[in-house]
Amino acid sequence: MRYAMAIDTKKCVGCSDCVVACQTENNVPIGYCRDWIVEVTDGTYPQLEIELRSERCNHCDNSPCVRCCPTGASHYEKGGIVTVTHNKCIGCGACISSCPYDARYSHPEGYVDKCTFCIHRIGKGLKPACVAVCPTKCMYFGDLEDPNSEVSLVLKKRKHKTLIPEAGTKPQVYYLI
Amino acid sequence: MREEIITSGRLNPHIDPHLEIWHWQIPLYLFLGGLAAGILFFAALYTIMGKEEKYPGAVRRAPILVPFLLVIGLFALFLDLKHKLFFWQLYTTIKFMSPMSWGAWTLMAITPLSMIWAALHIRDFFPKWDWKYDILKDIETEILKYKVHLAWVMIVLSVILGIYTGILLSAFNARPLWNTSILGPLFLTSGLSAGAATILLFSKSAKERRLFAKIDILLIVIELFLITHLFMGFLASTSVQIDAANLFLGGPYTAPFWIFVVVLGMLIPAGLEIMELRHVKIPHVIPVVLVLFGSLMFRFIIVYAGQMSRWLY
Repeated sequence: MRYAMAIDTKKCVGCSDCVVACQTENNVPIGYCRDWIVEVTDGTYPQLEIELRSERCNHCDNSPCVRCCPTGASHYEKGGIVTVTHNKCIGCGACISSCPYDARYSHPEGYVDKCTFCIHRIGKGLKPACVAVCPTKCMYFGDLEDPNSEVSLVLKKRKHKTLIPEAGTKPQVYYLI
Repeated sequence: MREEIITSGRLNPHIDPHLEIWHWQIPLYLFLGGLAAGILFFAALYTIMGKEEKYPGAVRRAPILVPFLLVIGLFALFLDLKHKLFFWQLYTTIKFMSPMSWGAWTLMAITPLSMIWAALHIRDFFPKWDWKYDILKDIETEILKYKVHLAWVMIVLSVILGIYTGILLSAFNARPLWNTSILGPLFLTSGLSAGAATILLFSKSAKERRLFAKIDILLIVIELFLITHLFMGFLASTSVQIDAANLFLGGPYTAPFWIFVVVLGMLIPAGLEIMELRHVKIPHVIPVVLVLFGSLMFRFIIVYAGQMSRWLY
């Protein structure tokens, strides 16, 4: 099993619903976020091109955060989901420094926190909160090893990219372009 | 023209607008750890070479400082932790891929070792020292029999400690400035140089001071050579590493780096030490303080600048 997400940059309107849904679902403290919207503007006026992306932890196959964690608090769950065990985390910040996507933050309670692909929801057969709430239905989530999953099908059909693949992390959030 | 902005207002504290997760505690620890490694390295080296009587400043006197350096360093590390009550989790596992894990274990081994070493030579500072209890006296005589073995363990651990302070940072490929394997040898050399300089301060004989002044000059030359290679490597690399180098070549860290680290911390003390070797009278505390200051600034600048360097996508 290999969980992954595909996000359609052509459909995303940057409404930040995913951000709010995540904050609500996961009790993210005020002033913090586990996912966020990036707007890329390319070109010179009036020839401009905009790309909108909802970004989060990439649940990398070769996660630098898991590698550098001195206690094993950062680890892989079933399906390659990267999570942090709170009472094993010492808050040293190594994983925060190691993430090229800056997807982690130090929770006010001390441990390091980040997107979990809503692991508590997918265990119940639900989709992650951000995917479930998206009004343009621009996000797809599922198992890459299942050829008939939503995410496998859309990745077969559409051109896609990942963020900073040259960092060698093998990210598992795909952007449809 | 390409512009990339986060529009949802992500402003995670210490992450945005650029990383600032590590503050003064980490560079202070890296400095103290490197200095401790430097002092212990020379103490062990001259014990193994059988030159304890010739260089008592290095073998017997300077190491008294090391337990204090390591304990302050460890305390700084502890202060840096955000989930402090769980610090013991470090010692429930060994993660070979995590430099921080084997650094923690190295510290666990070298700190008590440095205390034993300091205790063995306590009479150099307090000639009337008495261990009072027979068992302590017995332990001392027993350990003294294996002093050279102890020195071998110490020399290995001190090199690991010295090099680890650099590798801790170089293991992060997310921060292009740190992501260079030269940082390990560079921090080791800088720690050895700081160690040699401190030994100068503890040495009572002119002969020993001359030796360590020479060693320090050599180490500074090696450091300058490694720094040149650091920048050559960056400038010949990818755009993110060119950007990282530019933090020091016109960017915000240009003045602090070249003035505090290279000129005040390396060139001037090396010049003063050369003058001293040529019998010009200079209080030897001046080059020592400059070397230590440069070494501390070097850690501060690398830790802070590294957090500013990043991948753009």
